[in-house]
Parts: sequence; C-alpha cells; structure tokens
Amino acid sequence: MPVKLEAQRICLEYYQPRTGRRLLALDDIDLAIMDGEFVSIVGPSGCGKTTFLNVVDGLLPATSGRILLDGKVVTEPGQDRAMVFQDASLLPWRTVLGNVLYGLECQGIGTRPARQRAQHFIEMVGLQGFEHHYPYELSGGMQQRANLARALVMDPQVLLMDEPFAALDAQTREVMQEELLQIWRQAKKTVLFITHQINEAIYLSDRVIVFTTRPGRVKQSVTIDIERPRKLAVKRDPRFLQLEDFVWNLIEDEVRKTMLADRSSRGSAEVGPPDSGV
Amino acid sequence: MPLFLRFYLERERAILGTITVVFFLCFWEGLTRGWWADLLGPVLGSAAARWRISPIFLSSPTAIARTAIRLFSAGEIWNDLRVSGLEFLLGFVLAIAVGIPAGLAAGWYRRFCFAIEPFLSALNATPRVALLPLIIIWVGIGIWSKVLIVFLGAVVPLCLNALAGVRTTDAKLLRVARSFKAAEGRLFLTIILPSAVPFILTGLRLGVGRAMVGVVVGELYAATAGVGFMITVAGASFQTDKVFVGVVIIALAGVLMIEALARLERRFETWRPKVGAAT
Repeated sequence: MPVKLEAQRICLEYYQPRTGRRLLALDDIDLAIMDGEFVSIVGPSGCGKTTFLNVVDGLLPATSGRILLDGKVVTEPGQDRAMVFQDASLLPWRTVLGNVLYGLECQGIGTRPARQRAQHFIEMVGLQGFEHHYPYELSGGMQQRANLARALVMDPQVLLMDEPFAALDAQTREVMQEELLQIWRQAKKTVLFITHQINEAIYLSDRVIVFTTRPGRVKQSVTIDIERPRKLAVKRDPRFLQLEDFVWNLIEDEVRKTMLADRSSRGSAEVGPPDSGV
Repeated sequence: MPLFLRFYLERERAILGTITVVFFLCFWEGLTRGWWADLLGPVLGSAAARWRISPIFLSSPTAIARTAIRLFSAGEIWNDLRVSGLEFLLGFVLAIAVGIPAGLAAGWYRRFCFAIEPFLSALNATPRVALLPLIIIWVGIGIWSKVLIVFLGAVVPLCLNALAGVRTTDAKLLRVARSFKAAEGRLFLTIILPSAVPFILTGLRLGVGRAMVGVVVGELYAATAGVGFMITVAGASFQTDKVFVGVVIIALAGVLMIEALARLERRFETWRPKVGAAT
C-alpha cells in the first residue's frame, strides 16, 4: 500500500503574548499513513493532538517540517482533505442540507449536481427526512452526522476527524463508531482520527499513535491486529482488552507527567496554548 | 372550562391591554369634563374642584380626536407629515448606508477600526442635538438640517452594533469556512453577515429611536414645517389639542416602525430556538 499522508519533522511553536514566552506544542512529529488506513491519535489532554490535525489540514502553519499528500507538499486547506470538527460547528442559520452544501458552494460547484451529491451523503449518514431541519432541532448525534456528511460530500482523499464523538453520550457514541466504520468501508477513505478515548481508538483503527504530553511527540505506534469487520462486541474480547491495557499504560505515564507539570506551574500563571488554537 | 373563560384566555394579551387603555382614556376625559369633581363633590366638598382641570391645560381624548379629524380633513397637516417623513427617511437611509458598512468593515479590519474609533466614541458620547446650532449655520433651517441630525443620531448605534456583530462571530465557524477554502467574500457573506444580523437589527431599533428624537428636536429648534414644528407653534399658542395630535402621530410612527422591525427580526430568526419564560 502506498503512503497517502506523511508528516515530516513537524514542529510547532506558539508565542504567548501574555508571558512573552515561546511554547513548543509539537516536537518533531514523523508520521506516515497508508492509503485507506484508519489511524487514531490518542494522548493526554493538551498534548497537541488537535493542533497537529490543524497543521495537517493546513489551518495552522507548522514552524518547521512539512506535510506531504501523495508525495506533494501541502501548506493550506484543500479539497483533498476534509475536517470533521469537534463540536459539530454547523452553521446555525443553515438547514442540514444547506450545511452539507456549504463546502461544495465554496468550491463553486453548481446547485443541481451539488444537491444530488449532498442528498446521497445525507442518506449515507442516516439523516434522510431531516434535510430541512435547523441544527438546533437536531440531537448531538444527528449534528455530528451532518458534520460528517459535510466532510464526506467533498469526496476528500483524507478525512481528518477531531474528537467528533467526544460530546456525545456513551450509547450514541458506540452506535456512531460502528456506523463510522461502515461508512469508512463504503467510502474507502484514509482517516486520521483524534480522540482521548482509548477504546474508541482501538475499536476504529488499524493503528493507534500515542502522543506524549506537551510538547506533543510520537511516543509509540501500536498496530491493532483485530480482523475486520468489527462488531461492537469485540470491545469485550480479551485481545481487545489487552491492547486497551497496553495503550493505557503508555498514556498513564504521560497523564501523570501532565498533572505534575500543572501542579508545579500553578502560581507561575502559565497556561498552555488552547488545544484547538487557530 | 366555561366558554367565556376560554375566550378570555386566548385573547388575554389584547383584552388586558385594551382595558387599561380604555380606563386611562376615561380617567383623562373625566378630568377635563369634571366627572370626577362631580362624583367626589359630596365627599370632599370644595377640595373636589381640584379634580376639574381646564381643557386648555390638559386637553382630552375626544378633543384631540376632533382636532385630529379636522387637521386631516382640512389637509393642513399633510405637508408637516410629508416634511417630517422625508427628513426621517433621508436621514435614516443615509445612516444605514454609511453606518452598517462602516461598522462591518471596522469589525473585520482592525486598522480601519483604530482609525474611526475616536470619531465614533466622541460622537457616541455627545448628545447629537448639541450640534444643532452649528448644523443650522451650515445648512440652514430647511429639511437638510434635520436630515443631518437624524443621520448623526442613527449612524452611531447602527455602526457600533454592526461592529459588535462582526466581533462576536463564532471563531469555530470561521475555521469551518477556512477549512473549506471559502474565499474572503464568501466567508463574509456566509459567516460574518449572518452572525451580525441580530446585532444589526438591534442597531436599527436603537437607530429608529434616535432618528425620531432627531426629527422632533430638530424641528422644535428651527424649522418651517414638520410635525415637530407644528407642535412648537401649537404649544406657543396654547392649542394643547394640536400638540397632542402631534405627539400621538410621533408615538404611532415609532410603534409602527418598531413593530415592522420586530417582524423583520422574526423572519431572520427562524433558525434560532425560541427562548423565554413559559408564560
């Protein structure tokens, strides 16, 4: 399988105007994702997962290093990548259909073909019948479905997903995970998925990348050799639990380090960069 | 539930409002006609005379209505209405044309905001009517002095609110637009403008109030025609009925415009969940 997306030595430094200090958020990240692969990044909160995703999307410029897509350097957002945002971030004054059409409008795609495409993906995420509902009329899970359809309709090669299910209740989240895998199989996309939930990462992914605490670094890449298609019941499989344990041990150290760092820096009024700073 | 009770509950708002207005009008009418003085006479004795007030002093609803009918049928008021309406319209449209684009631009371009901020703050802090003597020196006592004062009154809230509307745009939505590579113009039309609409409508509502003050005070100060002018002349010659006709016209015009804006607001707000106490 060819490499689809590659991050080479990505570093990102923030300047904090309030303290006048420079803060390293991402430190020398090397990552290669194969075509069609589903890769998750997990790590303690504030480790720069979302920041990294923003760099990959081109929303944030890296201080050094480069992002390659099919071997070509990318520096700004493009049609080849689409982001599924953390809180659904739907335009509240547009209906589901209007939101799904938004990206296509930005690309200047005509209304009639755009509508057909939008309708197809609205059905794929199971929102048929809700095309003309406004976001406030939808549940959290439905808003995330619309968010996903908005990204899928762009027919990107790489789907960037930023903790899309974090705000959902546990049951809805599980159902959404299973559906996401189905959609992934149908749509044959390369996915880079950010989450802080270890079992979500393992359930979904071919590979789980564990980030260190700030500055974010790749601590380890864990291959998930559980055969697909995966049922939700696989989460109770001994092999699954073993992997979960393994990944948790990797993260546990980092979480403790974060907590210690927070404690020692309290009083010096040092606050990290926002996880999703753009 | 009994039928009359249901009838009442369904129209409670209109019924209660009408009752209080009718009571108020009756009370007022009674003061000038001496109903209350006659009624209270046996109890209060000579002190009851206080409840009889001269029509020249207070006028009365029926007298005002009679005067209004006379003024409208004789046609002398139409010219005043036309002049005041024109002043309001020209000034307000001008304020919209300048204030909203300027506010949107100031919200988006930081440097432009820095540049116009001193003027905006100064103008906001000064009661615009303080400039009337100067304005009259500059453009005379014709309609243009009132157009200018209406403009100055309305432009500040329009501009400040449009600015605030842009500033409060959700950063997350801007990120969505950027991720989709929306061109600057599209980003403005699809994200910034819709977020600013509620603020712009608030600006319009405040602006209507300021513009009304501008028309009336401007005409009170110096004019040759207009509803405010009519009020001054009538007041100076103790035609209290006529003064009230002018006041009622102004109040009605204000209420109508605010109501029109509220309609407009509801049209723009279909996407927003309804908020408010249950009753």
